[in-house]
Amino acid sequence: MRPFEYARPQNESEALDLLNDHDANTAVLAGGTDLIALLQEDLQAPQRVVDIKQVESMQGIAADGDGVVIGALTTLEEISESPMLADYRSLGDVVDGVRAIQIQQMGTLGGDLCHLPNCWFYRNGYGLLALENGESLVAAGDNRYHAILGNQGPAKFVSAARFAPALIAWGADVRVIGPDAGSSEWLPLEHFFVTPKVESQGVSVLKPGQLISHVRLPATTGRVSSTYEVLQMEGLDWPLATAAATIDLDGGVVREASIVMGHVAPMPWVAHEAAQSLIGQPVDEVSAGRAGEIAVAQATPLRDNAYKVQLAKTAVKRAVLSAADMLEGAL
Amino acid sequence: MAERKVAWKKRKDNTLIGGDHTRIDGVEKASGHAKYAADINTAGTLFARLLTFKGGAAVVKSIDTADAEKTPGVRAVHVFNGAGKELRWDGTIVAAVAADTPEQAEDGVRAIKVAYEAKPHWVDEEDLPGATAGKRTKPLGDNKKGDVAAALKAAKHVHKGYYGIATISHMCLETHGSHCEWDGEDKLNVHLSTQNVSGTGGQFAGPLGIDASNVSITCNYIGGGFGSKFAADEWGVACAQLAKKAGKPVRLMLDRATELKIGGTRPSGFAEVTIAADAEGNITVWDSHHWGTSGIAGSTISLGQLPYCFDGIPNRNRKATGISTNTGPNRAWRAPPHPQLCAVTDTVIDDLAAKMGANSYDIFMKNLDKTPKPDVYAEEMKIGAKLIDWKAKWHAHGKGGGKSVKRGLGMALHRWGGRAGATTCTVKVHPDGAVETFLGSQDLGTGTRTVIAITLAETFGLGINDVKVNLGNNSYPKANPSGGSITVGGVSGPHRRAGLEALWKIYDLVAAKYKVEADSLSAKGGKILSAGKSVCTWKQACGLLGPMPLEVQGQGPKNDGLTSQGVAGIQMADVSVDIETGIVRINELVAVQDCGLIIDELTARSQVYGGLIMGIAYALSEERVMDNRTGRFINADLENYKLPRIGDIGKLKVHMYQPDSEYERGVVGLGEPPVISTGAAISNAVANATGVRVPVQPLTPQRVLEALKGGQA
Repeated sequence: MRPFEYARPQNESEALDLLNDHDANTAVLAGGTDLIALLQEDLQAPQRVVDIKQVESMQGIAADGDGVVIGALTTLEEISESPMLADYRSLGDVVDGVRAIQIQQMGTLGGDLCHLPNCWFYRNGYGLLALENGESLVAAGDNRYHAILGNQGPAKFVSAARFAPALIAWGADVRVIGPDAGSSEWLPLEHFFVTPKVESQGVSVLKPGQLISHVRLPATTGRVSSTYEVLQMEGLDWPLATAAATIDLDGGVVREASIVMGHVAPMPWVAHEAAQSLIGQPVDEVSAGRAGEIAVAQATPLRDNAYKVQLAKTAVKRAVLSAADMLEGAL
Repeated sequence: MAERKVAWKKRKDNTLIGGDHTRIDGVEKASGHAKYAADINTAGTLFARLLTFKGGAAVVKSIDTADAEKTPGVRAVHVFNGAGKELRWDGTIVAAVAADTPEQAEDGVRAIKVAYEAKPHWVDEEDLPGATAGKRTKPLGDNKKGDVAAALKAAKHVHKGYYGIATISHMCLETHGSHCEWDGEDKLNVHLSTQNVSGTGGQFAGPLGIDASNVSITCNYIGGGFGSKFAADEWGVACAQLAKKAGKPVRLMLDRATELKIGGTRPSGFAEVTIAADAEGNITVWDSHHWGTSGIAGSTISLGQLPYCFDGIPNRNRKATGISTNTGPNRAWRAPPHPQLCAVTDTVIDDLAAKMGANSYDIFMKNLDKTPKPDVYAEEMKIGAKLIDWKAKWHAHGKGGGKSVKRGLGMALHRWGGRAGATTCTVKVHPDGAVETFLGSQDLGTGTRTVIAITLAETFGLGINDVKVNLGNNSYPKANPSGGSITVGGVSGPHRRAGLEALWKIYDLVAAKYKVEADSLSAKGGKILSAGKSVCTWKQACGLLGPMPLEVQGQGPKNDGLTSQGVAGIQMADVSVDIETGIVRINELVAVQDCGLIIDELTARSQVYGGLIMGIAYALSEERVMDNRTGRFINADLENYKLPRIGDIGKLKVHMYQPDSEYERGVVGLGEPPVISTGAAISNAVANATGVRVPVQPLTPQRVLEALKGGQA
């Protein structure tokens, strides 16, 4: 790890001031579960690390009208244990899937949404897009864990944000602050992520010197939800494919639905048509299975990852069934 | 006086041997007091960091370490591969830097300027046609027995299939490495993470130009070796050279990625096999061509041991082809190469059973006459079947019930040698009754210290904690390296022998002093007894030695029945398979294992548990992934090199098979066998659940789904 300055601001404004020194060649430290590895592997070399854990305004979970605002520094464990989030079951499902209590206790919601891809080409130093003389190393190399959707451009990694599918399926907004102290903007989380065409674009709309401060969830209004992660291992592992479903059921029939897939594309993948197919239908094996089929209909698997189409399809089906408490017999 | 004969006690007379005993160093380890090579931090110790090659193959065009040497805190730089050197696999060490802090050493590594000229590489271990076209293959022999063609014609059931098992890497919790400290110009003290305390001194001395007698090797504890830590290694010698150059002690341990890349691999094996049987299920034909890689040397699993265990199949053709890959070299990996042999034999037999519509258990049982230990396997199979409830749970292949989750049973069997390794020990009995022993062996975490203490305590009638075991230093009498399941036999024989010799001398002194017959004496509960009555305490008896301790040297193995070799062993698996995700979960694994006379059943069972867990790893998730495009070992980290955690293990049942006939065989090694048949048993259970063979281990969701899609039976 290279030497860096360490700063510990007490409020958002201080944090932004500190982040915008050194031409914003700075990094945000929250739980550190991703940043420390990035520094150790020399994938990031910030001049200053800004430890935001003392920023009180970014902590905790609070009511916000009918909805809930979650501070970006809220840990996975706090999300899991919060009575205010008990009805947003798809979030608790994600925490359960993380499994490692160390990550549950240290990892934060904001950190998860900003988590950089686990693509092994990126982590081995080939860059986010892993291009060599214009050739995609991912396309030519081992791409078993890579994208099956949204992969026609240079970006072929999968988004690592585990909470994003659930949050987007709930219609969450995210508050982005900076780069100037005082500037802040709420935007739909769905619009937060980007699929980069060039290396410098990164994986989200965050510009240097900006950070996430809060996430806002709308009222549940009786809707049900679930996240289904296909995890090879029972221990700490990244999902092979994920789907989150939020469903408004009226007498067993779907009135409204939202389905978002994860770990299948460079950004969380909203499956509008799959969700649409559920409307007016009872939730059952047939309707859920059909939603799964529709969700992956446009998949363009790479050489090694056609199996992920099946996984994504299954994840959608199971997320829908699980949201309606009808999932049986899955490992 | 009756002739004194070296032997174990009668089984019923043992107080300690055969019981469950916790390890004498357990508290030291669990409390963190045990010092491993990675913990040694004498005053002024420098930290070393490595510059490694990141690619498939290249030649070093130039290397410039001037800036590294000027980096603040850097004390020494060592170049492993200078200009002109060929680098043939990812992770090859190019240079090392020693500095006051780890960060300064990393700064130094970054300051080294290297220019490489890339060379073509080949890293695919499975693609035989591709490797052949790329001139990367070499024939490794073929041989024939009987008449395969005629037997195939006569056979009632014929099955042909493709099978395989991927390369895995050594993944020691404590990576390879050492701490080196010079004492003057020519005396070197090394704390080495090694399975070979007695044999590594010379490996340092030669390259360093000093006398082997001037190299002290210490290894009191080791965080895993599994066959990969027998040598000083180039990085060990480099550690000593850095220490010399810097004039300070240096600790050089491989980083995790480098450990995976160059610490040693288990070679892969892929096979096309035809098997056939008569109407009764007697296997009559084996015909195989297998290939794989051991790295650049281009070997694979041995030709001579297929079909594994079933040597008696009368008609047999076999052929092997090696593939030379730009990948890190192989090293012995627990039971080399039996897990691979088993993975491409017992799966084939299971598929034959499926094709016959037979119960796999029956087909294995029927063909035990072709194995070296049919009676032992048969008994072990019966015990295993009872433990896993085979009869009630069995169903025909592919009839695993459930809609998306299918359940299945599988079994496999294995064998191993486990002869005792050559060991010498010096046992000292002090006049105050204290007992200690010295030997240049090592405790790999398997309970060697405990087993030695039990052996001497049983012999002298003392408690386990009354014996002090000194091992882990090459100044002690030499012992074989610990590899191949030879250590417990290796150390227990000489200690029993030396113990008895010492005891007999003490008996003679007691007999003379207390006017009793030496033949009538026994040692138990800290006392010397004559015909069951107390004569004196152990301490009083030892007081008769005079002022000097009694010192006896024990050697082995000898042909006296204390140890022998050759074990069988069977394993059975009950798994669930999610056919929509390809995920396999272990419900239960049963292992029934023989190993002769068991000294400490608790440590014996622990060995088997450990074997099963390593087996689950390579069966379901663990594999080296080489990226063809970059030539890199692309998953050399603990996230993507997937090892099971507690939740992945399932329920394990271990039964140590130990009728009196086993006790009478003496001690046989146990370390290797329990890891061998786990993969095949699990693979067979998956095939039973789904009706489809997933040909290559590990059975990842990708491979399971691809097999289900292809419907390969």
